[in-house]
Amino acid sequence: MANMTLTKTPMPEQDPNVRNHNFKEVALGYTAEMAVEEAKRCLKCKKPKCVEGCPVNIHIPEFIAKVAEGDFQAAYEIVTSTNALPALSGRVCPQETQCESKCVRGVKGEPVAIGRLERFVADWYRENVNAMPEKPQSNGIKVAVVGSGPAGLTCAAELAKKGYDVTIFEALHTAGGVLVYGIPEFRLPKAIVANEVRKLQAMGVTVMTDMVIGKVLSIDELFEEMGFKAVFVGSGAGLPMFMHIPGEALRGVYSANEYLTRVNLMKAYEDASDTPIIVSKAVAVVGGGNVAMDAARCAKRLGAETVYIVYRRGEAEMPARLEEQHHAKEEGIIFKTLTNPTEILGDEDGRVKGMTCIEMELGEPDASGRRRPIPVEGSEFVLDVDTVIMSLGTSPNPLIRSTTPGLEVNRKGCLVVNENHMTTRDQVYAGGDAVTGAATVILAMGAGKEAAAAIDQAMQAK
Amino acid sequence: MYKIVCKKELNPSVTYMEIEAPFVARKAKAGQFIIFRIDERGERVPLTIAGYDREKGTVSIIFQKVGLSTNMLGQMNEGDYIQDFVGPLGKPTEVEGMKRVCVVGGGVGCAIAYPSAKAFKEAGVEVDVIVGFRNKDIVILEDEFKAASDNLYLMTDDGSYGEKGFVTVKLQELLEAGNQYDEVLAIGPIPMMKFVAKTTEPFGVKTIVSLNPIMVDGTGMCGGCRVTVGGEVKFACVDGPDFDGHKVDFAELMSRNGVYRDREAETNKTHMCRLEKLGQDLIK
Repeated sequence: MANMTLTKTPMPEQDPNVRNHNFKEVALGYTAEMAVEEAKRCLKCKKPKCVEGCPVNIHIPEFIAKVAEGDFQAAYEIVTSTNALPALSGRVCPQETQCESKCVRGVKGEPVAIGRLERFVADWYRENVNAMPEKPQSNGIKVAVVGSGPAGLTCAAELAKKGYDVTIFEALHTAGGVLVYGIPEFRLPKAIVANEVRKLQAMGVTVMTDMVIGKVLSIDELFEEMGFKAVFVGSGAGLPMFMHIPGEALRGVYSANEYLTRVNLMKAYEDASDTPIIVSKAVAVVGGGNVAMDAARCAKRLGAETVYIVYRRGEAEMPARLEEQHHAKEEGIIFKTLTNPTEILGDEDGRVKGMTCIEMELGEPDASGRRRPIPVEGSEFVLDVDTVIMSLGTSPNPLIRSTTPGLEVNRKGCLVVNENHMTTRDQVYAGGDAVTGAATVILAMGAGKEAAAAIDQAMQAK
Repeated sequence: MYKIVCKKELNPSVTYMEIEAPFVARKAKAGQFIIFRIDERGERVPLTIAGYDREKGTVSIIFQKVGLSTNMLGQMNEGDYIQDFVGPLGKPTEVEGMKRVCVVGGGVGCAIAYPSAKAFKEAGVEVDVIVGFRNKDIVILEDEFKAASDNLYLMTDDGSYGEKGFVTVKLQELLEAGNQYDEVLAIGPIPMMKFVAKTTEPFGVKTIVSLNPIMVDGTGMCGGCRVTVGGEVKFACVDGPDFDGHKVDFAELMSRNGVYRDREAETNKTHMCRLEKLGQDLIK
């Protein structure tokens, strides 16, 4: 008997005024009872639209049916047959614009909480079974994966399953890419990422940290000297963008990348960490994406009394997920929308003491289809802040393209790939932010998966 | 993990180490840097490469014990291992197409000036070297510089060794005497590099400085190492660390490098216990 409740089974969360002082995970996940109850809301459509909305085509109704039966092991196996990293995507996917947006239950009421169920299944398995995968029979073909973010991990997992001898080269000291340096602990616990990496290693994947490809080894050397037959580049997004307004070099102005790296990768919030971070009273985060929300929520947790999100368009135009906006507001982040910085003000020691902003109004739609923000003359005011975090996106990292002859990039510096995710160099594939510019974890995972299939096809054809 | 295979104290605050890092050693060039991390709690610290031995697979670094991490590294000994050693990062010093250059090093910056002087020399460039130190006790690499230069001018602030005066005094003198250089390369404290650039400007001599801004990842991701060069934002980790000294905003760099100074002084105090513990562990 289907559960016809119009709303999703709520997922327990830490209280906003407790969690904004700690780095523990905000959303606590379903219990087995909650999961079964929510799973029963699925109508098992004959032609499931939800699957079409999933970049990795998880067999959604099938796994949910197993959850409803209480057979969580079977549910896990169905999920992982198409998605290597469900504990991650169950947490950070924008399900509301993907699978859940297509759910028929969403026509009247809320869609089935597919993301929460995916997360439940992955967590249940990790907490109750967590068997390390077996190492498949090796086919002896070496493939290099550059970068250990969502694209690289997925590509490596798919290839390892098929018996390829995969080596991941990671530039930083910990594997996980944006999953460890960017997304905060309270949204994605790092132990979960580390567990996924251990699973890959159990499958025979070699993970080499501290290896900056393009510097320590070029792509050509991977082929010629190291004997790799194919290379997948998932090197991620690159250098942070700034506004080019006066004061951006003042002490107390961070890029979101730097702020988040100090907090997440370097654990600056722990007393034991040697990495310093500015202790702020009032922080302005400039930008309206998920990264801006993450930075603002980290700043609050580090003890800032006041944290603003400063965004030049309206709230409706904000690119951040609604859930992230909602969580941020609950935690006391103040949204200053239709507001744009014009100058960061410094004291005599070069420290940030305020930020001049101008109010904006929305005009005609621009190239992005969103209404263009226009400054309201004479509306300048000063926001009283001591720290500014610029979260305006990134431009691709130049290290690989500048050291790989024949690798074509577009006007923005993103790698150009064909429908098989192959770059303009033979057997060099790419996916994730290095190709698309800043996008989502799941899109990167989807590209990694498809590239792995293309690599397999190319290798088999040889 | 990366093994410390050789350690020498060059003076009471400056240490020389060779680290076993074969991948880095294969590719390292003068002017590039590495990032090290002592242990799981450690910060990522950039240090310019002082030398390398491709056959032995080692990279040498020379560092001044100024902050927590460099002090901790200084406590470690031959045979110990450090957690991370990443590189070579940044662009190498350009040595092609030069006939005669002047390399200017100040204090511990000489450790970085030396491999560049050597690289010029090996490329057949005529090299004048000016090195400056506060006093005789902290002079480093004198013999090495002699071997890597055509003319070596050693200066001390107090005149206790070599000639008395700042490096800029000697540089001014050489330029006024009509010495022609394709390039002056200055590596040392920020004020020194700034004044070297000021000294060469009226003579119209191309001047390159090697910058050492605060960095986290060092691979072109965090943007912490941004510097303003000719009014444009540049990232020292991927665009540098060498930049046109006549265009660098030194005041901004100096200010930004002081961001954590208050905290660092405090941390050094509270972390002394950690240093002592590390010392004890090493003795064990």
